[in-house]
Amino acid sequence: MSGTIPASVGALPEILRESGQCEVFCGLSSIVWLHRKMHDTFFLVVGSRTCAHLLQSAAGVMIFAEPRFATAILQERDLAGIADCHDELDLVVNRLLARRADIRTLFLVGSCPSEVIKLDLHKVAERLTSAQQGRVKVLAFSGSGLETTFTQGEDQCVAALLPELPRPRSGERNLLVLGTLADVVEDQFNRLFDALGIGPVHFIPGTDTQSFPPIGDGTNVLFAQPFFNETAGLLAARGAHLLSAPFPFGVEGTLTWLKAAARAWGVTDAQFEGVTAGPAGRAHGSLARYREVLAGRRITFLPDSQLEIPLARFLHRECGVELLEVGTPYLDRRAMQPELDLLPPGVRLVEGQDVDRQLDRVAAERPDLTVCGLGLANPLEALGLPTKWSIELVFTPIHGFEQAADLAELFARPLIRSQRLKV
Amino acid sequence: MQLTVWTYEGPPHIGAIRIAASMRAVHCVLHAPQGDTYADLLFTMIERGEHRPPVSYTTFKARDLGTDTAELLKTRVRETYDRFKPDLLLVGEACTAELLQDQAGTLAESMDLPVPVVPLELSAFSRQENWGASETFYQVVRRILQQQVPPPGSAPRASVRERCAGRRPTANLLGPTSLGFRCRDDVVEVARLLDSIGVDVNLVAPLGASPVDIARIPQADFNCCLYPEVSLATSSWLERMFKQPTVKAIPIGLNATRDFLGEISTLTGIDVGTALAAGASRLPWYSRSVDSTYLTGKRVSIFADATHAIAAARICAEELGFKVVGLGTYSRELAREVRAVAAHYGIEALITDDYLEVETQVAGLHPELVLGTQMERHIAKRLGIPCAVIGAPHHIQDCPARYAPQMGFEGTNVIFDTWVHPLMMGLEEHLLTMFRGDFEFHDEAQDSGQWTVVSGQGNEQVTMSGGQADQSAAASNQPATDHQPPTTAWSPEAERELKKIPFFVRGKARRNTELFATERGIQMITVETLYDAKAHFGR
Repeated sequence: MSGTIPASVGALPEILRESGQCEVFCGLSSIVWLHRKMHDTFFLVVGSRTCAHLLQSAAGVMIFAEPRFATAILQERDLAGIADCHDELDLVVNRLLARRADIRTLFLVGSCPSEVIKLDLHKVAERLTSAQQGRVKVLAFSGSGLETTFTQGEDQCVAALLPELPRPRSGERNLLVLGTLADVVEDQFNRLFDALGIGPVHFIPGTDTQSFPPIGDGTNVLFAQPFFNETAGLLAARGAHLLSAPFPFGVEGTLTWLKAAARAWGVTDAQFEGVTAGPAGRAHGSLARYREVLAGRRITFLPDSQLEIPLARFLHRECGVELLEVGTPYLDRRAMQPELDLLPPGVRLVEGQDVDRQLDRVAAERPDLTVCGLGLANPLEALGLPTKWSIELVFTPIHGFEQAADLAELFARPLIRSQRLKV
Repeated sequence: MQLTVWTYEGPPHIGAIRIAASMRAVHCVLHAPQGDTYADLLFTMIERGEHRPPVSYTTFKARDLGTDTAELLKTRVRETYDRFKPDLLLVGEACTAELLQDQAGTLAESMDLPVPVVPLELSAFSRQENWGASETFYQVVRRILQQQVPPPGSAPRASVRERCAGRRPTANLLGPTSLGFRCRDDVVEVARLLDSIGVDVNLVAPLGASPVDIARIPQADFNCCLYPEVSLATSSWLERMFKQPTVKAIPIGLNATRDFLGEISTLTGIDVGTALAAGASRLPWYSRSVDSTYLTGKRVSIFADATHAIAAARICAEELGFKVVGLGTYSRELAREVRAVAAHYGIEALITDDYLEVETQVAGLHPELVLGTQMERHIAKRLGIPCAVIGAPHHIQDCPARYAPQMGFEGTNVIFDTWVHPLMMGLEEHLLTMFRGDFEFHDEAQDSGQWTVVSGQGNEQVTMSGGQADQSAAASNQPATDHQPPTTAWSPEAERELKKIPFFVRGKARRNTELFATERGIQMITVETLYDAKAHFGR
């Protein structure tokens, strides 16, 4: 790993590690937002009917046109060796690409069954890429529940893209922002970086897989999302400098996140203040309305997207929310240290999950708000415990100054609603 | 390998979960990797379930594969029993676990739990959800009733008439499940219907039944197999082992409800004439009243589970006066029955679980109404055709708060309303000329309403479940987003003539004319082409 990682890691709050039944999505669910972001891609899951069923129901999303994802469902004859998986996959891919001339990058996405039968999709991808003769690039990554939890699918996908990124000319520097962001949020950040004189700035994943930004030792990387463990390692190995900062949620998060880039570009404090004071002030003001609703409320995060710690930090420090429990499926210390430094002492951090025990704690403590997956939300509401669907946090633009109030509103809405209802 | 865009059915273990979630005091343990817990939200979101479905998962990960996944399963089985104390435990494997060959069911059976453990062999790579539900229900019933099966040579069971002398006959309602289409209300309606002819319900299963209830199945005089996808295997076994007769008619639609009562009458000797006469169906009069005339010969395409598809075809043809132009099912287990019905209507049944194949057929048939599942709703929306959902898989808006059965007399009223409403625009057909060119009645006057469809790139649109749920009705006026660009051009006169057609049928007229022109290699659409096409597609 690169030397930009802080040598002395700060004190870590006590972490409770739990194991048991995990109530989380697998990495395949990332496809739901990844395919929306990358317009010229297709995601072909090589898996079972369960994978196909998960994709269409887990995210609660239906796409009215033919979507840019599908599943090649393994069948008895594939497993029994009657059919050759590689030949079968060739047929499926050819049928698919014949239908969709607009596809430039095809991702073969590994699943639990494809991993257990040790189907080497990277090899298949290489073979198919050369067969396509430059028309379509075929890449592979794993979204299996054996390897990935929910948002880690995006990490794996971006990691698969990295070898495609060119090296910069020597002396060339750039800023790479990592993590799917809504187009409108990218535009906002672009304006801020522009005003700060930071650039060129590139966003990965982007809408177009034909023009990749360069990556090398002149590249500084800012993480817009906290789940890029695998990608971070690969970036460091290519000599990129990983900027360490809290994530750009809320005013404080966005300020310190931008500051990390400003420091790398030698932006003066005065210039930084001049550019950010306006939007930061506006965001702070618009948060006030929701701070009123949220202050003093008690919240529990069940583990899901790895966004839990940064969001808990935002809610606690900027909205006055009391943190009962912050669960995370996986704690990446390198990425999370700047966030952990900002959490109140003694907060109960839980890594991993035993869902039944966790729900026992929720039932006993009766938080004012529980952030959880879709499967658990209604059963908790039925107990009179307001919830926030965690999946909305990966679909909704929540990054940056202009979305700070929107982010707070997502948490305030269930509380306002339960106050309003007289039934 | 099978290329799948959308799947009608989930994998077989979803069927097993549906049985567990339908019953009381039953818990299911699934050997499955992390991520398979997504199944919970089908119940808590689509059906707004207030409880998590009674299922526990091993949720193994890569690091567990290196150790002992069998041990993990045993731990989960023991913890699950200790926590939930069910009266019966189902143990099965999801697809990936099947590959590990830990023999989850057998392993759990060997653990000497104080309750029955039913091992499930779910064949994840060849079977699907409804088969999984049917198999699980059958295994549960067989396990509980095995000891009650009369030994060979026992005295034959008395006929239903003999058994019921001097008392009301009793029936089991078999097949209703969680996530089944309108099962919640069908059960109430059928119980009411039976009560009206003097038959009591012994029990409903699997929906709401406990293992203790299942043990009472043989006490009933006969079984009603309401959803053959789930209960045919079980009711056939009960017929073989307990000589308990099965009423096979499924009371969806007026004539089918009459058949259902008729079959019970034959079996029990009960005179159902009064019930038939008093039948609270408004469908016959609504269908005969003059303003239903416009329904005559409407072209309907039907695709769903076999039970609902077969019923829909009969209702359309006999009770609404539609023309069935397409009939199909994804229920391969009942393909034969659907083929026979299709043949009766002079068409060939489409038996497939390939959504793209169904879409191609619907597009090719040019129906005026699509009756189908959630999938067909999407197809119809894209093609701009009115649609009603008649079967699973369905979406949250197909689980209405109001009482909305499909079965029995009230079911016929619900069906009349929900199938005819999407066509209501046609009601004004005789008023079109009057309103033509009316200042308030043109395409720019369309109110986009409160629905929000998130427009993405290209022709894709996303909506979220629950929140801004799918608003399919809203799109019926929108032109379909076809992939292929039009290869024909419109002459200015033809374009002007097209504008004279009311906006809500204009899109269809345009599509039909273009299709007509393309098929005949016509480069320029003239007024003549427009009317040639109208004549071609008209009835």
